[in-house]
Amino acid sequence: MILQMNNIKKSFGDLTVLQDISMQVNEGEVISIIGPSGSGKSTFLRCATFLETIDSGEINYMGTKAAWTGADGKAEYLHKNELRKVKSWYGLVFQQFNLFPHYTVLKNLMDAPIHIQKREKKEVEEEARALLKRMGLEDKADAYPCQLSGGQQQRVAIARALAMNPEVLFFDEPTSALDPELTGEVLKVIKALAEDKMTMVIVTHEMSFARAVSDRVIFMDGGVIVEQGDPEKVFGNPSEERTKQFLRNYNR
Amino acid sequence: MTFQQMCTQLLEGLEMTLIIFFLVVIFSLPLGLIVCFGRRSKFKPLSWIVRVFIDILRGTPLMLQLLVVMYGPYFLFGMRLNPTWRFTALIIGFVINYSAYFAEIYRAGIDSIPIGQYEAAEVLGYTNRQTFMKIILPQMVKRVIPPTTNEIITLVKDTSMAFVLATTPPEMFTLAKQITAAGRMGHGAKSMLPLFIAGVFYFVLNAIVSWTMGKLEKKLAYYQ
Ligand SMILES: Nc1ncnc2c1ncn2[C@@H]1O[C@H](COP(=O)(O)OP(=O)(O)O)[C@@H](O)[C@H]1O
Ligand SMILES: [Mg+2]
Repeated sequence: MILQMNNIKKSFGDLTVLQDISMQVNEGEVISIIGPSGSGKSTFLRCATFLETIDSGEINYMGTKAAWTGADGKAEYLHKNELRKVKSWYGLVFQQFNLFPHYTVLKNLMDAPIHIQKREKKEVEEEARALLKRMGLEDKADAYPCQLSGGQQQRVAIARALAMNPEVLFFDEPTSALDPELTGEVLKVIKALAEDKMTMVIVTHEMSFARAVSDRVIFMDGGVIVEQGDPEKVFGNPSEERTKQFLRNYNR
Repeated sequence: MTFQQMCTQLLEGLEMTLIIFFLVVIFSLPLGLIVCFGRRSKFKPLSWIVRVFIDILRGTPLMLQLLVVMYGPYFLFGMRLNPTWRFTALIIGFVINYSAYFAEIYRAGIDSIPIGQYEAAEVLGYTNRQTFMKIILPQMVKRVIPPTTNEIITLVKDTSMAFVLATTPPEMFTLAKQITAAGRMGHGAKSMLPLFIAGVFYFVLNAIVSWTMGKLEKKLAYYQ
């Protein structure tokens, strides 16, 4: 088991965004999270990646307890230094790519492995070039992000996350910022990763993609998991009214 | 006084002007970053104090600030001021004032960098320090070049305020004024030519500043 999140609660002021969410991610599993805008999908990913702190609940990576509810009912986190290790187990691909614009593509991939993970430069470069090849970008190693299309930038962002050799990769609407004709190339590389048994959690609005690629689909609404299960079941024959309604709106 | 003598004298003044200019630039550019850190500190009392100081420094005349630095040690602490103090006070006054302006420029530069850059760095495991030094600072430098250039151009002209502290040896503006004033007494230049020549020198200096900063900007134009 790679990630276990239990009873996660998160509010922004008076607004409760996640109410008691639990989820488990197993090795090699591809999970899609779907749901209407504002339902807390991004917040959930941001809690899983420690960009937001949870109010209460438990986050467990690779058997290491990273966050838990303390005696006072408030969440406590591992000390910064120990959390660093946990952070090396996951990667996150953002909707807006967030590449480092002043670094070349290759340096975007190599900087963290070399300076954070303290790995051998030569080995890192070999791996980075292989990753770029896998993304179909081997000729873009020396380009700067601003010279690439959105689809290419997002593929670089995926490669950058993979260069850290994470156990699990999170995606927050990886194609939402792209022109429609560019989403395909990004979905294609994610699909290829799924075929290679990369563990992934993907927040997406691409329903047919989610249906095709996932082992499990989670439908979130109003800060709770309304329904989850096999994609054929959730998409083909949802049991909850809210899921049906959401999918109906989508298919129109 | 011949034209050549006039130019020679003004060039000596120009040397002093340049010394003031470079000293202020060298100290205030980095000091501005430190002030900017104070202004952005999460420790509220610190950021509040720094903010008040910045507002005062930007909201009162530089000339007044120079005089406060100049006479402060005497009136506040009863210190005797030796002759070299004038020059030191001038540099201190300028550096403090310009640090405040640079700090605000840097702050705007840092604030304009998308939050996603911090988040991407954090997820990749960069420490706060690494994030700042490797990701934020280089992008900030690029963004602040145009406003910083404006400020440096103002500084070139502001060096003429050394006039009010009567620093020795005199810088170019002080000399130009002296030579012109002497002209009225029947010696010296007998015209406004010294003022005109000094003006040309300032103008050329600023042309060089603009050109240099433009070069730097071009150098960093390889990314957006
Ligand atoms: N930093 C924040 N401060 C306040 N409210 C927030 C913040 N982040 C998200 N929210 C709110 O939380 C809710 C869920 O947002 P989000 O997780 O982004 O949903 P989704 O990704 O499913 O569209 C929204 O109502 C949003 O406005
Ligand atoms: Mg979202």
